[in-house]
Amino acid sequence: MTARSSAGAKELLRELGATLRLSESEAAELVSEGPSEDQTMIINMGPQHPSTHGVLRLMLELEGETVLRTKPIVGYLHTGMEKTGEDLTYLQGATNVTRMDYAAPLFSELAFALTTEKLLGIAEDIPPRAQWIRMLLTELNRMTSHLLFLATNGMDMGAVSMMLYGWRDREEGLRTLEMITGLRMNHNYIRPGGVAADLPDGWRDQVLKFLDGVAPSLAEYDVLLTGQPIYRERLQGVGIITAEEAIALGATGPILRSTGVPWDLRRDLPYLHYDEVDFDVVVGSYGDCFDRYAIRINEVRESIKIIRQILDQLPRGDYRIQDKKVTPPPRARIDESMEALIHHFKIFTEGFKVPAGEAYAAVESPRGELGCYIVSDGTSKPYRMHIRGPSFVNLQTLPHMMRGGLIADAVAVISSVDPIMGEVDR
Amino acid sequence: MLHASRADLAAVVRLLRDEDGFNMCLDVTAVDYLTYEPDRALPPGVTPERFEVVVTLMSHSERGRLRLRVQVPGDDPTCPSLFDVHPGSEASEREVFDLFGVIFEGHPDLTRILMPEDWDGHPLRKDHAMGRIPVQFKGADRQDAR
Repeated sequence: MTARSSAGAKELLRELGATLRLSESEAAELVSEGPSEDQTMIINMGPQHPSTHGVLRLMLELEGETVLRTKPIVGYLHTGMEKTGEDLTYLQGATNVTRMDYAAPLFSELAFALTTEKLLGIAEDIPPRAQWIRMLLTELNRMTSHLLFLATNGMDMGAVSMMLYGWRDREEGLRTLEMITGLRMNHNYIRPGGVAADLPDGWRDQVLKFLDGVAPSLAEYDVLLTGQPIYRERLQGVGIITAEEAIALGATGPILRSTGVPWDLRRDLPYLHYDEVDFDVVVGSYGDCFDRYAIRINEVRESIKIIRQILDQLPRGDYRIQDKKVTPPPRARIDESMEALIHHFKIFTEGFKVPAGEAYAAVESPRGELGCYIVSDGTSKPYRMHIRGPSFVNLQTLPHMMRGGLIADAVAVISSVDPIMGEVDR
Repeated sequence: MLHASRADLAAVVRLLRDEDGFNMCLDVTAVDYLTYEPDRALPPGVTPERFEVVVTLMSHSERGRLRLRVQVPGDDPTCPSLFDVHPGSEASEREVFDLFGVIFEGHPDLTRILMPEDWDGHPLRKDHAMGRIPVQFKGADRQDAR
């Protein structure tokens, strides 16, 4: 492998670091002065640049075409999810967090539900069927999220046909999710206590149809991209990050695994029933953009493997906990029992009370460790709800990956980090 | 879960990294306990203060997480930065500074990250009410509502 971009990078401005420490107003003054002969140039990339995956703005310090230092600037999409979370009940909370990571909404719901269940002390009592349904849904969601990455990564590299194919396959995945949850995104399907509804009739055929469709597509992608010289040339040796850097910067998910650290929460700190299914953790070795691409395309294959095992092992039983405190009474009971009606009304207006305390739970989202930290004061609303967004932390690795690379490679690097701005700007 | 004093925080985190294998800083966040009513479960010797900075550490070798809680008084909201130990805490500390106003001493670039640079106040503080702040736009003329 020719480490094209890292060739001169090692010695380049090492003492100053990779991150540009310059406020926006200072940069504006510099720009108005204009660059002189001996100065480096600071340019802005984004927030409207088509390849910055939403509203990410990068302040780049350039010398010619070489990127010296970078500063990611976020905050253009500030939606105030954490503040809003303090004003919604635990039952409504899932509708809030599902809007954060709009490419993988079910993972946010899952992290929120697991944390709430920890606080309620019912984490052990969730029926197995609910847990397996959660696994099924999140793995389907991981596939659609990675297919979206493959599509946009291809688009950023100029492989427009890949964009169309990736979108086509993701569409079938979203159709499957829609069939099960009722919505293509913002599902609000995984809730504290279980899931919103049992799997509908015909779900197995739809899931199998999706899996059978994706498997040959992945072989197509291999022909189209993996072995394709131009594509490899654009990704290999670009945006290199070492394992030490990735750990120091708190990077998780495919970015950490691309450096050779075999860390996957599903295997190493299992939640739900991941310790009962068999799958491989995909690890890279160079820590470059190509490794991150390869990890994601192979994780789609692993997800297919997991889902096939889930289809075989899915147990029968309740899809939500039969705890009167958390679960609303069945619809039929409301017609015949005043008690049930009152109970139903109270759960949906006031919500349920959660004992005071604090809890943290994390899941392996397509982008890394997605954690949820809740402090409860004993009322039906969280006192403080915090989400540890993997994209937010992973963005810090951008300056280190870009240092010494060309501006044309910046697009490849941003794409390989796969940031979802809804989660960054919460 | 562990409690640390402000003065010890950086040293404790460094020790945990070097001796106990807590090699990754997952998250730095904070809680504003201004209006918190129930008893706060704190060990003896720890005085409750208005803010609490919560640091989550991860150990890959031990396969576990550790939560460090640090009390930060409301009249002196400062806390040592973990940047020298874990550079990855940078963005999270900026976020806490932005939304809570806790100042991290030793942070290389403590500026607002989510809110605009010229924003007043810290939105996640409990005395910063929801929906009562007029939306601030740069350079827009104020027009009287008709």
